[in-house]
Amino acid sequence: MIQFQDVHKAFGPKPVLTGLSLKIADGETLVIIGYSGTGKSVALKHIVGLLHPDAGDVIVDGRAVSELDRDGLTELRQGIGYVFQFAALFDSMTVADNLALGLRRRRLSDEEIDDRVREALALVDLSGTEERLPAELSGGMRKRVGIARAIALRPRYILYDEPTTGLDPVTSAVIDRLMVRTREHLGVTGVVVTHDMRSAYTVGDRIAMLYEGRIRQVGTVAEIQETEDPVVRQFIEGRPE
Amino acid sequence: MIEAIGRRAVAAVEAVGRVGHFLMDTVRALPDVATWAGPAIVQMRRIGVDSIPVTLFIAAFTGVVLALQASYTFTGTVPLYFVGTLVGKTMMLELGPVLAGLALAGRVGASMAAELGTMKVTEQVDALETLAYDPQSYLVVPRVLAGTVMFPMIIAFAIATGIATGWLTSLVLLDLSTPDFLKGLKLFYRFKDTWFGLFKSATFGATITLVGCSVGLSTRGGAEGVGKSTTRAVVYSAVLLLLLDAFWAVLLL
Repeated sequence: MIQFQDVHKAFGPKPVLTGLSLKIADGETLVIIGYSGTGKSVALKHIVGLLHPDAGDVIVDGRAVSELDRDGLTELRQGIGYVFQFAALFDSMTVADNLALGLRRRRLSDEEIDDRVREALALVDLSGTEERLPAELSGGMRKRVGIARAIALRPRYILYDEPTTGLDPVTSAVIDRLMVRTREHLGVTGVVVTHDMRSAYTVGDRIAMLYEGRIRQVGTVAEIQETEDPVVRQFIEGRPE
Repeated sequence: MIEAIGRRAVAAVEAVGRVGHFLMDTVRALPDVATWAGPAIVQMRRIGVDSIPVTLFIAAFTGVVLALQASYTFTGTVPLYFVGTLVGKTMMLELGPVLAGLALAGRVGASMAAELGTMKVTEQVDALETLAYDPQSYLVVPRVLAGTVMFPMIIAFAIATGIATGWLTSLVLLDLSTPDFLKGLKLFYRFKDTWFGLFKSATFGATITLVGCSVGLSTRGGAEGVGKSTTRAVVYSAVLLLLLDAFWAVLLL
């Protein structure tokens, strides 16, 4: 289970998270929605210790992330797959090497690494791209490689940072289907940060809206769709006022 | 006014603290041999082999000019075989390490700052961390070790090239015989000339790569941030290299 406990975070004078509290249960996919710049990605980075809270804490499987030492962080990160907004593939490496890098850290045999790379690429329908460089892939393919890199680790949690941003509707739907398939096949807990409501309704078990640094509302997809909170309503309907 | 001075002082102290922290992190990452060993070999090839053409080009012309300037200065006052002395001493002690170092600050330092800066702004460094790699072990240590090991080797080639072109110039343009050039070259030679130049080169290599990595990994923003980091890396490296050059001269000569 992942739990945000009254997390505060500011960058210089600008507060971003102002008391974020949220629980993500094992096995569910929780979608965090919210306006651009409200700290959704910042919240995600706290889970893997890429950022540390000014106050409060993030608890993953009972352990406070900010209190983990170097080895503790390494152990935590080995159980979490992270899909970055623009995939963050290592552009000097082939697709296969991008996937294998995290696996080598786990001291697996070369044979097992090859098997996992093939399996993960098959799951995202990218078999045969092993030797291609990221620059030779389309935006949608890069995102799918990013997801494959996370899946290959067989993590307990996968964190998706804006997985459909910048993609056409069809490719977005492919990514959504992939996220659902990942949860169904691997049973991982997912946290998805997005402002794409179609994607949120497709992949989420629950949806939480982050507004002004804290959770404005959290509920099932149906509850969010029927909300009477004006701020949430305005956001999910995409009304300018 | 006082506020501005205070802000600058705080910024300077913070910068020193950041550099100290960065150095400590780099040293702390050294025992993680399994992570840095592979990338270090790749970096040695990139820093070493790929830097040789530009370094030798500079050294070759430096040798020619040194021989001609020595002859111009000595003619009529000092025996011409001292051309060999001046070419050898200057290449080994100063111009070989410093000119090659400045050229490599541009080539190696800038390329590291740009590469790591791009990795930083495109979240590749974050991705590395989420894959349970320490960026210091995987990115910084291999580059710094490669720079420290390869710079003396490249500069040894540069020194040899400079002396060789100085000798050829003496032979062809100054009518100085090979025995006379060698006599001058050996005249005041001490083994310290060799190790001092190469030791200095190793410290230049460590400094340039540390600066390139540190500046690159602190990049913010997009393409503009990468551009600024690249410029900063070259300027800081060049300034530190010259300060270090003076420091070693005061301490060791």
